Amino acid sequence: MSFDAAYEALTDHDDDARWAYGTGFADPLAGVDTTVPADVDRADLSAYCLALGDDALIMSHRLQQWVTRAPELEDELALANIALDLLGQARLLLSRAAEVEDAGRDEDVLAYQRDAAEFRNVRLAERTDADFAHLVARLLVFATWRLALLDRLTASGDPVLAAIGAKGVKEVTYHRDYAAQWVVRLGDGTPLSHERMQAAVDAVTPLIGELFRPHPTEVRLAAVAVAVDPSALRPEFDAVWAQVLKAATLRPAADVPDEADSGVSASVAQDGADRGGSSGGPAGAGRTDFAPDGGGRDGVHTAALADILAELQGVARSLPGSEW
Amino acid sequence: MTDEIKHEWPLFEVFVRAKRGLNHVHVGSLRAADHEMALHHARDLYTRRNEGVSIWVVRSDDVASSSPEEKEAFFAPSGDKVYRHPTYYSIPDSVPHI
Amino acid sequence: MTATSITDTDEKAFTETIAKDQRVEPRDWMPEGYRRTMIRQIAQHAHSEIIGMQPEGEWITRAPSLRRKAILLAKVQDEAGHGLYLYSAAETLGADRGDLTRRLIEGRQKYSSIFNYPTLSFADVGVIGWLVDGAAICNQVPLCRSSYGPYARAMIRICKEESFHQRQGYELLMTMMRGTPAQREMVQDAVNRWWWPSLMMFGPPDDQSPNSAQSMAWKIKRHSNDELRQRFVDMSVPQAEALGVTLPDPELRWNDERGHWDFGPIDWSELKRVISGDGPCNALRIENRRRADEEGAWVREAAAAHARRRQEAGA
Repeated sequence: MSFDAAYEALTDHDDDARWAYGTGFADPLAGVDTTVPADVDRADLSAYCLALGDDALIMSHRLQQWVTRAPELEDELALANIALDLLGQARLLLSRAAEVEDAGRDEDVLAYQRDAAEFRNVRLAERTDADFAHLVARLLVFATWRLALLDRLTASGDPVLAAIGAKGVKEVTYHRDYAAQWVVRLGDGTPLSHERMQAAVDAVTPLIGELFRPHPTEVRLAAVAVAVDPSALRPEFDAVWAQVLKAATLRPAADVPDEADSGVSASVAQDGADRGGSSGGPAGAGRTDFAPDGGGRDGVHTAALADILAELQGVARSLPGSEW
Repeated sequence: MTDEIKHEWPLFEVFVRAKRGLNHVHVGSLRAADHEMALHHARDLYTRRNEGVSIWVVRSDDVASSSPEEKEAFFAPSGDKVYRHPTYYSIPDSVPHI
Repeated sequence: MTATSITDTDEKAFTETIAKDQRVEPRDWMPEGYRRTMIRQIAQHAHSEIIGMQPEGEWITRAPSLRRKAILLAKVQDEAGHGLYLYSAAETLGADRGDLTRRLIEGRQKYSSIFNYPTLSFADVGVIGWLVDGAAICNQVPLCRSSYGPYARAMIRICKEESFHQRQGYELLMTMMRGTPAQREMVQDAVNRWWWPSLMMFGPPDDQSPNSAQSMAWKIKRHSNDELRQRFVDMSVPQAEALGVTLPDPELRWNDERGHWDFGPIDWSELKRVISGDGPCNALRIENRRRADEEGAWVREAAAAHARRRQEAGA
């Protein structure tokens, strides 16, 4: 072998059938009609894509923070994989939001130039993980909910959302499985891990209610069969959650008050109906740990989101006008 | 064996079928607490670039292997069975498709 | 057959395997020195991949575009994978990954000193891809023909996967050089900081590299340190030119007679300092690894306990 032909030398040791480097990389939107269906309100559709995209973007960010500190090297790969999948979903959804909005923004403007109150992710996604048990509890809740959602989204009247749903279902099925296996291992592991897993389940439970509370945008889009009404996902979620907790010898956190509920949940959804999808929550309400008047879908977030955005957006904002 | 060692996850050997019609091929090993975890890890570690359609994992402890010292006894006897090889038989070039 | 004659036969078989440029496989007889050298080299290589996740990993959450974020995340994930392929190869020699990890976090086994330099701006991500991965590729491509089979096979896979690492780095730098003056300055600054450490990645000069001769004889190594370093310089100079950056070496000039680029003397005292643990980030890198290992211990124990319980229940 001549050293000059170093790269060629790689192939003469290698028959492609042996390693068969993937040729299956496909554009999930190839051949998909991207025109907005006629009976759909563009502002609503854009806001909906933004919300689902923000869920994925923020959850991915929390997973990225685990890279280089996972409990085992194999889990570095698994967590990075999940983070990459969700980042991919976020990019498709933010791009769709920008495209439908048609105001000259793109995925990066949406990710890097909005402030906390303009983010529409559920607050489950932004929660800090105290330890690995908290991470897998949160991931199990997130993936179980999102899988049920994406599964129904495959029938969306918007062909782009349907395609994103179809791609996401394959990915999130694995995320849910990964998280469920870990919840069971830790719950039914050592006394210490059981204790930590139970504490994590107790901590994440108050964040569950918000996931199933329909936002007015979702209600309107569900009526034209474009969006999924999250309240319809609850039975599937409850069944999976109960099954995993049982296998993990954990008890459900009973009688935990819902963080965003506190007596106003139903009326928020109703009252909000005439408030318009993109008007969002009260300005300046972004830094509370307890949000009496709405959830992440209304732009009401905990301080944790501000911390994420400082990290996510710092470099991009410090160099305005730069291409990357 | 020390207590510390006991807590380490066992080693698994990983075999990947690159595509339909091919054998599973040994690609390496990894550590996992159990078979389910080993399969998950194998997917993440050895098929990040769509390299596979099917994965086997086997506990390394469970692999029985011929030893190099037995090489002669194991493999030499088939070395003289040249009649197993198609080129042993001379067929005129004029005969097609054989 | 006496024990001596077996050894003689074994040694002859080993020597012949090497001479014929064939691969030594895990259960073959091999000299203890070969086994030890192989384990040490593979382990250091694996440690380098794992520690090497940190300098770039710090920028995943801060990457200034979602595309760059996805690329960087995939790259750092690859590095974890490459560490695992290599630990897997070391384990075929009878080494134990847990034991190798302990050696790393106790400072008893080395990793590439390049990762003891800090990453100060996002341009560092590009320069690491271009120069550090470029140097690593120069080092690694010949290792695809290393005499130890599992190592050679791991290296083939690693080199194939890393071919995108260098390109993404260079592409990022090209984009930044087309950008604002501030971006161009960031790139030049990063090149200034990483050029000399990259040259040191090839190890000490040949006349001061005591282990090289044996490694060459065993075909563990295929090219001398100086040979590879020169190759890297020759490759990098035109790339720097195309990019529009200046390499920080006033003595860099084409030597028509040699057909190579001449370059200035390397400050080996700095390399020694960094290798012996005095680099800017040595303590931090090891501390991060140690903490991840310790904080993950209860998780690994729980998984092992759960697996045992299930096995007992099933038996």
